[in-house]
Amino acid sequence: MTPVPGAPATEIRKTTCYMCACRCGIRVHLRDGEVRYIDGNPDHPLNRGVICAKGSSGIMKQYSPARLTRPLRRKEGSARGDGEYEPISWDEALSMLEERLRAIRATDPKRFALFTGRDQMQALTGLFARQFGTPNYAAHGGFCSVNMAAGMIYTIGGSFWEFGGPDLERSRLFVMIGTAEDHHSNPLKIEIAKFKRAGGRFVSINPVRTGYSAIADEWVPIRPGTDGALLLALIHEIIATGLYDRDFLVRYSNAGQLVHGDDAGEASGLFAVDASSPEGDAMYPQNKLWWDRLTDRAVPTHAPDADPYLLGEFTLPGGKRVKPAFQLLEERVRPYAPEWAAAITGIPAATIRRLAHEMGITARDQKIELPIAWTDSWGVEHSTVTGNPVSFHAMRGLAAHSNGFHTIRALAILMSLLGTIDRPGGFRHRAPFPRAIPPAAKPPKGPEAVKPDTPLGALALGWPAAPEDLSVDGDGKPLRLDKGFSWEYPLSVHGLMHNVITNAWRGDPYPIDTLLFFMANMAWNSSMNTVEVRRMLNDRDEQGRYRIPFVVVSDTFQSEMAGFADLILPDTTYLERHDVMSMLDRPISEFDGPVDSVRMPVLPPKGECRPFQEVLIELAGRLGLPAFVRPDGARKYRDYPDFIVNYETEPGSGIGFLAGWRGKGGEKFMHGEPNPRQWEMYAANNCVYHHALPPSYCYMRNWNQGYLEWTQRVRMRRHSQPILIQLYSEVLQKFRLAAQGRRPGRTPPEHLKDRIATYFDPLPFYYAPLEAQATDSERFPLAAITQRPMAMYHSWDSQNAWLRQIHAHNHLYVNPATARAQGIADGAWMWVESPWGKVRCMARYSEAVEPGTVWTWNAVGKAAGAWRLDANANESHRGFLLNHLITDELPWRGTRISNSDPVTGQAGWYDVHVRIRPAAAGEPAESWPQFAAVPPLPGTAEALPALQSYVAGTRKGKA
Amino acid sequence: MNPAFSVIFLTTLTGAGQGLFLALFAATLAAPGRVPAGFAVAASAVSVVLLVLGLIASFFHLGRPERAWRSAARWRTSWLSREVIALPAFTAAVFVYGAAKWQGFEPAAAWIGAAASVLCVALFVCTGMIYACIRFLQEWATPLTVVNYVLLGSASGTMLAAALAAYLVPDLAPGYADAATVITLAALATRALSLVRNARLRPKSTTQTAIGIKHPSIRQISPGFTGSSFNTREFFHHRTREFLRAIKWIFLVLAFPLPLVLLWTGSILAIPAAIAFAFAVQYVGLLAERWFFFAQANHPQNLYYALTG
Amino acid sequence: MTQLALVIDLNVCVGCQACVTSCKEWNTSGQAGGLADLNPYGADPTGTFFNRVQTFEVGEFPNTQTVHFPKSCLHCEDPPCVPVCPTGASYKRAEDGIVLVDYDKCIGCKYCSWACPYGVREVENERKVMTKCTLCVDRIYDESLPPSDRRPACVMACPTSARLFGDIHDPESEVSRAIRDHAGYALMPEWGTHPSNHYLPRRRTDAHHHDDQLVRADNPLHIEGRQPKPPFKDPALDDVTSW
Ligand SMILES: Nc1nc2c(c(=O)[nH]1)N[C@H]1C(S)=C(S)[C@@H](COP(=O)(O)OP(=O)(O)OC[C@H]3O[C@@H](n4cnc5c(=O)[nH]c(N)nc54)[C@H](O)[C@@H]3O)O[C@H]1N2
Ligand SMILES: Nc1nc2c(c(=O)[nH]1)N[C@H]1C(S)=C(S)[C@@H](COP(=O)(O)OP(=O)(O)OC[C@H]3O[C@@H](n4cnc5c(=O)[nH]c(N)nc54)[C@H](O)[C@@H]3O)O[C@H]1N2
Ligand code: SF4
Ligand code: SF4
Ligand code: SF4
Ligand code: SF4
Ligand code: SF4
Ligand SMILES: [Mo]
Repeated sequence: MTPVPGAPATEIRKTTCYMCACRCGIRVHLRDGEVRYIDGNPDHPLNRGVICAKGSSGIMKQYSPARLTRPLRRKEGSARGDGEYEPISWDEALSMLEERLRAIRATDPKRFALFTGRDQMQALTGLFARQFGTPNYAAHGGFCSVNMAAGMIYTIGGSFWEFGGPDLERSRLFVMIGTAEDHHSNPLKIEIAKFKRAGGRFVSINPVRTGYSAIADEWVPIRPGTDGALLLALIHEIIATGLYDRDFLVRYSNAGQLVHGDDAGEASGLFAVDASSPEGDAMYPQNKLWWDRLTDRAVPTHAPDADPYLLGEFTLPGGKRVKPAFQLLEERVRPYAPEWAAAITGIPAATIRRLAHEMGITARDQKIELPIAWTDSWGVEHSTVTGNPVSFHAMRGLAAHSNGFHTIRALAILMSLLGTIDRPGGFRHRAPFPRAIPPAAKPPKGPEAVKPDTPLGALALGWPAAPEDLSVDGDGKPLRLDKGFSWEYPLSVHGLMHNVITNAWRGDPYPIDTLLFFMANMAWNSSMNTVEVRRMLNDRDEQGRYRIPFVVVSDTFQSEMAGFADLILPDTTYLERHDVMSMLDRPISEFDGPVDSVRMPVLPPKGECRPFQEVLIELAGRLGLPAFVRPDGARKYRDYPDFIVNYETEPGSGIGFLAGWRGKGGEKFMHGEPNPRQWEMYAANNCVYHHALPPSYCYMRNWNQGYLEWTQRVRMRRHSQPILIQLYSEVLQKFRLAAQGRRPGRTPPEHLKDRIATYFDPLPFYYAPLEAQATDSERFPLAAITQRPMAMYHSWDSQNAWLRQIHAHNHLYVNPATARAQGIADGAWMWVESPWGKVRCMARYSEAVEPGTVWTWNAVGKAAGAWRLDANANESHRGFLLNHLITDELPWRGTRISNSDPVTGQAGWYDVHVRIRPAAAGEPAESWPQFAAVPPLPGTAEALPALQSYVAGTRKGKA
Repeated sequence: MNPAFSVIFLTTLTGAGQGLFLALFAATLAAPGRVPAGFAVAASAVSVVLLVLGLIASFFHLGRPERAWRSAARWRTSWLSREVIALPAFTAAVFVYGAAKWQGFEPAAAWIGAAASVLCVALFVCTGMIYACIRFLQEWATPLTVVNYVLLGSASGTMLAAALAAYLVPDLAPGYADAATVITLAALATRALSLVRNARLRPKSTTQTAIGIKHPSIRQISPGFTGSSFNTREFFHHRTREFLRAIKWIFLVLAFPLPLVLLWTGSILAIPAAIAFAFAVQYVGLLAERWFFFAQANHPQNLYYALTG
Repeated sequence: MTQLALVIDLNVCVGCQACVTSCKEWNTSGQAGGLADLNPYGADPTGTFFNRVQTFEVGEFPNTQTVHFPKSCLHCEDPPCVPVCPTGASYKRAEDGIVLVDYDKCIGCKYCSWACPYGVREVENERKVMTKCTLCVDRIYDESLPPSDRRPACVMACPTSARLFGDIHDPESEVSRAIRDHAGYALMPEWGTHPSNHYLPRRRTDAHHHDDQLVRADNPLHIEGRQPKPPFKDPALDDVTSW
């Protein structure tokens, strides 16, 4: 058979998908200039030819009627949210922005805030903010999964997410916790399937059984927000039965390191050091002590022939009492017996015990020995690499709770006890991880960092190691609009985007001028308490001036947020632009080495759309931001591709956005001079640069001398010191000491002292999420959560004609027993109320949800008229948004505090408790709340088709 | 199944047309000489009109009516194809029969009539078999489907013949009234039988066999889309059980006792309009009967779309 | 004789719907297309798809299984949809057993869909002819594609490789082996349609440990002098023997 007779032949262009953050390689097949189809690139290391439901629907994204095609200015006199706009030229738009930003930069740069949603170009947006001189920059990470990043990076120097993952090829037992889809979705699916086929055992811990959990061999339903209790009980059981990997802990973690008792003044709870041995890098001192079992005295850690006690209490020669970190851990988990956890989690104690035994026994008795020689950081040569084939994966089910940081620390510790860190069959890092604990970059330290017309000295985001690294002034007041790196959320390493609108509206900590959102739907699904946020965006002071003076939005579609902008910058689609998945930001590395990739335009931009990258570079040039102009003030980079090729982090550093084909002729990698033909070389190589490392550099990388020295040579890291697993976190203890007034230097403001002292516990502990603590569980007995549908990406697929047929509206899934007790019938309309809001929605009975939980698919519900859907589309009339029930702030000691993790500022999306009741007989069969329909924005499609039959390369079906 | 009005009209109209012809031809056999040519011509004409209306209705069922001619191709395997041949053939035969009667081509007319009768029976069987041959539509997969179809069509045709006779050849009316009564009662009997049978049916297919999982408790939680699809539109009537039950009683009343009462009232009191009304009522009853016939048939495919049902 | 078919492994299908939209995408611009969508941006959007992934729940909490169940035409060996077709538009190819519709012949009478127990045929919304899975007949023989691409779009897309494609009459094919080794089964066997597509059931891996694995000589607690021991005061043989 041949393709459609008479149809022109197709042409194939390779690029990188961006229907989600997974970043699969795709082949775009074009016929007569239109997309014939898109399939996975079989030569791409990430997805190896497969593609997902979203990626396969790229055509409908590309030709969506919701595309914005012209820069738009809000009409004089119309209110934000009304959707009244007039088209303007790019030149007008840019001049308007330039003028405004120039004035802000010359006076108080922090009055400009740039926040970006689900983007993948934080290296560029971050650089722009830094060069502009504003600390008010962050991406979605803070409301996404910063607990996952921080909890694990502060413990093992790497994390899940795109930084590392389970080695399912060699694993025998795989435990997945609180994951529905995740960023690495295609690779994860490929691996889970292979793992199952190879007879591996898959356990899923989740209140809900969908997607991945559906094919688990065992489903362990858990009450939301209680995983910390489960994990601590598992640790308890594993320590009590001696199922931990002692050898691994001794050498590769701080388990044996001696910690001062309470009698050591400002060193209390800190590691005892040996002043006489070399410290190494002062940021990461290496001169800790062990108590040697053989000689029964303190010795420097990793002293040859020494073997430390992990348990016990000892007295240092000076008389100070010390205990190994492991002993402190053991004491911590002693009360956390399975029976204790059973009452909290709803999981029978016997199950917890069985799981602990299964993990420990599998790790110990099914060891893998690979004949790979390597040398550890202390010079010991090993002829094999050992693996304990138990692996874990966890995501927002742990992260998106306000106790997530400690829960995730507990998970990282459990993984470490089992000896599974960067070992075959366990957890494996992806470059540039592992990083030092914590990584070296630090946020601006105080108001002096922000000066008119001056770039910040460093990036706006970083990794505090001690109170000195916080972004606060002398009184402890936050420097950042979102209060990131303040005493409220000291380790908010990704910022707190979810606080931005509320804080800007309230002028707390200070009012701002211009708020620029890129790729973030803050007026809808990316805000908690959405109704209020929409009000704040539109709120004016007594003089009738907007409380948030100027809002700029870059979007590709008519999202809910677009309607609240004063200025809309129409972006391109992923098929129309250059992009990089950079080592400076979020590369797509594999276990066996660094990988970065690019996106190449395969279609011309629609209408007047312009890539936001180009807009930033143009603006940076106009504003004369130093990194973007020559000494004479002339614009340095022609356009974004030129910038990517020629930008170096510092003049001559040889480090740029892309790691592949550097050097004059493309002969270097990781660092090297700019290569003018770099884009071509990526294009000729599937848009990917994959640097596969020799097997001896692929494991044990926290302590792998060869690997660490290699990272130093290629400038991935500054030094090559080993990265010891932090079972006991000294960083946290330093904050606690400051709160206890036992440490010189910065101390928290009075009202935050006990908060810091409580939550900056150097060992993980369990507490109920803050929202649960603040809510009357008698009145609001059910936990309400959302999860990702595999066939939809947040809000942005509802413009997609094919995907929206799969999820045009959502139900609230309720266990039949729970629903019947309230008299709610399957499919019936019902009310869901939290202390903070209510929604009306449809019920769907499900036996696959824990009876104390109700859930729905995330972001399916829409505001009427948004996404260029008909005003009566199902999304707005039958669908609903759970966000209306979630509060962004909790009452706290007479004031409010963000509904976020007190350590990291992670948004507590899954921290909401509700009650349910049937809708009354006479009520409309429609979701609530409803919003007035927004008119189509100028530049979107004129009319919507009643019938659309897409056939590429014909005139049919073109929007 | 979701009843399609095109098919409901097709089957009831052609059924009546066929019944009418059979009644006419039977009368010419049973009472030769007592059937005036004029009556034969008129009855044939009415029959042809009904058959043509049925044919027209059938076009509304087709997505591509302009290609309808293609449907004669597979008469070896397809009852539908056979029907498509038999229906025009029979219509033509009735037309020729009427013409022959009109022209007074006598022995020829009788032979044509005989041939048309054979075609008529064939058409009945074809139409009935279209439904009866789908073996997993258990409500339909029974000889009763054909028998019912033949009897119902014959009843309504005979009823129509009675009405026509009442107006045109009152002499013939009582005989037709008797026949219509007998056939209607027979149809009631067999239709009732099929109702009883269907009420007792155990579906052979279950969700368990549909998805191949042997567990007593299986529920669909998503059919794979939130709106509708061809499969939810074509095979579900989206009506309540109560509505179905109501339709059943309506057809049981309208198709059987009520027309008989009207028929006998009309016959005894010699009111042709009452007999015509009896036919009309019965026809409406048969529309309801057809609707019910479709709606009651529970397609096994529905197991895959249980959530929309 | 060849009988091409899909074998769908329910053991690994996560219900991602990749096979659904990749099928739509391939086919709408292919020989089977276009596949129109009604009200694509309005209320109750509904389009023609050849493949749907449904979800079932089996059992009651907490012993619930969630089963994702992809379904397209099963290319029956004895397809009841074929003989009923009055035009011959529906046919089964002798050479590879694929059941197809000739869109130029089809009159859209829907009779074949009545005759299919599986609910996999859909009248296309615009052209009003019957459509269904073609097993990507316009890919799998297309010599302009590299051999590795001559597979159905849904099979290429499926991230879990839950969709196997091949000749079930060739006992050595991947699909035949999968059916044999993993108890592949057919849907609604009671109708004798002999579907060519098969499904592989869930397979559960359990863990078995022995109590003695909990306590071993190399228990690290022993090294610390903390190996669990019965308390000193517990009764022992010492207390009751006297030799
Ligand atoms: N298709 C698709 N893919 C996506 C996205 C998308 O929108 N669509 N979004 C992307 C983004 S931004 C992100 S952050 C990732 C997120 O990826 P995931 O973390 O996989 O996403 P969620 O859907 O938030 O999954 C949360 C899971 O945790 C469970 N859960 C909730 N609370 C608890 C709890 O207390 N304990 C346990 N054990 N489980 C719990 C929920 O039932 C759900 O299964 O996905 C990315 N990938
Ligand atoms: N209830 C609840 N709420 C949640 C979550 C949850 O689990 N539950 N998850 C949270 C998480 S983890 C995240 S990451 C956020 C995600 O929240 P967001 O980052 O806000 O993601 P989207 O809703 O997809 O909105 C992104 C915007 O980007 C636009 N866009 C798409 N492509 C492009 C492009 O190429 N260029 C530009 N300029 N714009 C584009 C879209 O049109 C859309 O308006 O949601 C959060 N909200
Ligand atoms: S997983 Fe994400 S990046 Fe990969 S194909 Fe799907 S949408 Fe595209
Ligand atoms: S599954 Fe249905 S359409 Fe496909 S061959 Fe079998 S009977 Fe025919
Ligand atoms: S709809 Fe088309 S393929 Fe189906 S039976 Fe009718 S003519 Fe044949
Ligand atoms: S084989 Fe082709 S036509 Fe059939 S379901 Fe798969 S993609 Fe669709
Ligand atoms: S693509 Fe594969 S895993 Fe996804 S729904 Fe289809 S068969 Fe299942
Ligand atoms: Mo996220």
